Amino acid sequence: MLNYAIKRIGLAALILITVMLAMYAMVFLVPGDPASLALGPRATPELKAQLIERMGLDQPIHVQVANFFSNALRGDLGYDVWSKRPVLEQILEVFPNTLFLGAMALGWALVCGIALGCLAVVWRGTAIDTVLGILSVSMISVPSFVIALYSLLIFSVWLGWLPAIGAGEPGDWGSQLRAVILPAFAIGITWVGYLARLVRASMLEVMGANHIRTARAFGLPESRIVTRYALRLAIIPTIAILAVGFGSILSSAVFVETVFSRPGIGTLITSAVAKRNYPVVMGTVLFMTAFYLLVVTAADLLIARLDPRVRDVFRG
Amino acid sequence: MTDPVLQVRDLRVSYGRMQALRGASLAARAGEVIGIVGESGCGKSTLASALIGLVAPGAAVSGEVRIAGEDMVSLAEDRRRALRGAKVAMIFQDPMTAFNPVLSLGDQLTDFQHHLPLPRRDKRDRARAMLARVGIPDPDLVLRRHVHELSGGMRQRAAIAAALLMQPEVLVADEPTTALDVTMEAQILHLLRELRRDHSGAIVIVTHHLGVVGELCDRVYVMYAGEVVEEGTVEEIYHSPRHPYTAALIACDPTHLEGPVDRLPTIAGQLPDLTAPPAGCSFAARCNRATARCQTTQPPRVRLSPTQAALCHEVRP
Amino acid sequence: MSSVADPAPVARAPRSAGALWHLLRDPMGAMGLVLVLAFLAMALFAPWLAPYDPLKLDVMNKLQPPSLSHWAGTDQLGRDTLSRLIWGARTALGIALTATGIAGAIGLVLGLIAGYGPRWLDAVLVLILDSLSSLPMIMFALAVITVVGPGTGTLILVIVLVSIPGYARLIRAQTLTLAASDFILAERTMGASAPRILFRHLLPNVVGPLVIVLSMDIPVVIMLEAGLSYLNLGVKPPTPSWGNILYDGYTSLRQQPSLVIAAGIPLILATIGFTFLGEGLRDALDPKLQVRPR
Repeated sequence: MLNYAIKRIGLAALILITVMLAMYAMVFLVPGDPASLALGPRATPELKAQLIERMGLDQPIHVQVANFFSNALRGDLGYDVWSKRPVLEQILEVFPNTLFLGAMALGWALVCGIALGCLAVVWRGTAIDTVLGILSVSMISVPSFVIALYSLLIFSVWLGWLPAIGAGEPGDWGSQLRAVILPAFAIGITWVGYLARLVRASMLEVMGANHIRTARAFGLPESRIVTRYALRLAIIPTIAILAVGFGSILSSAVFVETVFSRPGIGTLITSAVAKRNYPVVMGTVLFMTAFYLLVVTAADLLIARLDPRVRDVFRG
Repeated sequence: MTDPVLQVRDLRVSYGRMQALRGASLAARAGEVIGIVGESGCGKSTLASALIGLVAPGAAVSGEVRIAGEDMVSLAEDRRRALRGAKVAMIFQDPMTAFNPVLSLGDQLTDFQHHLPLPRRDKRDRARAMLARVGIPDPDLVLRRHVHELSGGMRQRAAIAAALLMQPEVLVADEPTTALDVTMEAQILHLLRELRRDHSGAIVIVTHHLGVVGELCDRVYVMYAGEVVEEGTVEEIYHSPRHPYTAALIACDPTHLEGPVDRLPTIAGQLPDLTAPPAGCSFAARCNRATARCQTTQPPRVRLSPTQAALCHEVRP
Repeated sequence: MSSVADPAPVARAPRSAGALWHLLRDPMGAMGLVLVLAFLAMALFAPWLAPYDPLKLDVMNKLQPPSLSHWAGTDQLGRDTLSRLIWGARTALGIALTATGIAGAIGLVLGLIAGYGPRWLDAVLVLILDSLSSLPMIMFALAVITVVGPGTGTLILVIVLVSIPGYARLIRAQTLTLAASDFILAERTMGASAPRILFRHLLPNVVGPLVIVLSMDIPVVIMLEAGLSYLNLGVKPPTPSWGNILYDGYTSLRQQPSLVIAAGIPLILATIGFTFLGEGLRDALDPKLQVRPR
């Protein structure tokens, strides 16, 4: 297990380094002067000069890269010359909002998705199962920002039940919860469909497996069979999917936060892109990549803990 | 004759319109090894499932399956569950899929002893002892391993150990050597022969392989199209088969051929459609001794000796 | 991080004739096929189907609700929404098919090289591909757009870059499985050269699953294009794109909600249609392929 863990973490670190290099190199790969590319055509010469000085763009490449990495390790992801603030500070300011949104979205999707999936298993083969199947696939297909727009229209503009803008007042849980309902709903809907299908398929596959029959043949009580034999197996693909799904939730968050003008990573990065503010964009991308790698690696390690077959994958 | 530990009387199992078992009867006493032989589709797998009371849900079952006196068919599920693993146990056909892939063998073998009121450590000790008994060289190591880390032969031995743990009165082996290559098959047969000396109950071997039956069994039941068409000792079945199907089966076994032949012998024709079974003898369409009566009336069970009987119009005692 | 957990899908030549029949019998697949054909027709025949010129301004008539003369109403510059939506189909499908096609071709080549070429090259490619797919897709897209500048060309570039790793990994997995198979071994024993093996034996066998995955990706690409256009980072106005029109609807939300409602409908129907078709195709041709989350 330890062997696997070391190799796995090593792989994640290697990937992070590659990504950092790629992101940093982008301004140099595209034809043009790096400072202009990083700040866009509207940047004044003073701003560009500040950027060059702050980021050391006039120094030799290997020095730049070395500085970049050592800075990153110390938590310095660059400096935003437009707003005169360190990038990391801006990120950390809005990240909790996005995290909260993601957690809420995933939470309701899990509850509904698992419920629908189990329902489909109980009624399998019937018309209800077919309808649920079509519903699930439809939910997976629809873009979340369209759902966001429609729910904004219905629940905020027409009915006035929920706020259309913002994340609520800091310290006021009530307003924060009310503000997160619609965005979380919009993001979660894709996942309800997906989880329902996944749970259904997993459960059916596991419950029909030979080893479940063996356990029954030895007279084990059904409760023990479900919790110790079936669930452990069915959970594994779910964890894997959830971890990777974090990336998808993030994508949806970018759009949905914009629809609701909700402060978060999404609005931070989209406004930076619109202003052609590359340092902020790069910093945010690196931060989110690191976080994503963390989540996925943790999930992989959890799976390896549960399923010994996976640990052998690095052998041979 | 002492009371048989296993008694099956007129067992009928249907899945919807398909009649998989159409009145099978058999018995086994303590210390006996009986074989149930037949080709694919004869109903032997359904019979094996019925012996442990795990026929597929939705199947219609009638008749009796008495394990140590209790009838599995009419019992409530709770009581059936109590019998499973304790009074009747099964050695599964494919040990690779029969064991849970994510739990260690030790965990599973310990779990299977859940009927016993012993502490976990004692159960683990018993499992270790049983693994050693079936010829596994390093039982401690194997207890910690998972099923995919073992070789085919070891897996099969572990499956046998699992079934023997509770000293069941009836041990059912479902195709015990089908998933193995020839060398392992020989080893497992050797093991099973040894174990029958220790095992005080009855052993039921379900297989399509005549050779296995010949090696291990005292008495044989030959099945065709959901019925037992002939029963007898191994001697009787192999050297004087009376039912035409049994005779044909023995004749088709390549090990029985004397001298080279141009083509391997087969039995012409096909299995009858079990959703609409024939009115008369189920083998009539393929039988070279069939008469008009065979097509229209059910054949009687003709007793040919204290141990041999055949389901046929054309045999005489 | 699915390079280690990625199962190699079973490589099978699609059973084309029976597959079409199978597809039509499945209600989902049939519905999908109908929708896709409808949108393809819309895209192809836009100039003849659209009642008005999508670019024609008529500010006097701005933000009209649906009426007999404008079935979907007008937008904030007086342009006929229905015509813009019909032309939007051309944008959406054009970009989706082009980008997916290019990404698929490049992914195919990279995957074959990674799977059949020297080990060190494979290791490097896998590292690069895994890194690309570790970036949340949208983030990487936004980074490229920042540096290169928004526009239709950038959009296609971004979609291609983001899609390649998935295809390359699929092809690589298939190639690795096949390369180890007996019939390839037999070919090599008989002295077949590497290019011959690649083109005549490996390529035809790996293409099947690729086509299925490509078709399942089209709705995702449509959504990505619409999303980026919605953020004004994709197709530049006044070229009609469903995303642009949604944005117009958003800004006019309180004055004329029918715009945003109308804009969402073709996008939803198109993504559902392509997804259903993709699912149906997959079920008919190779049920072992799994839907990947996006």
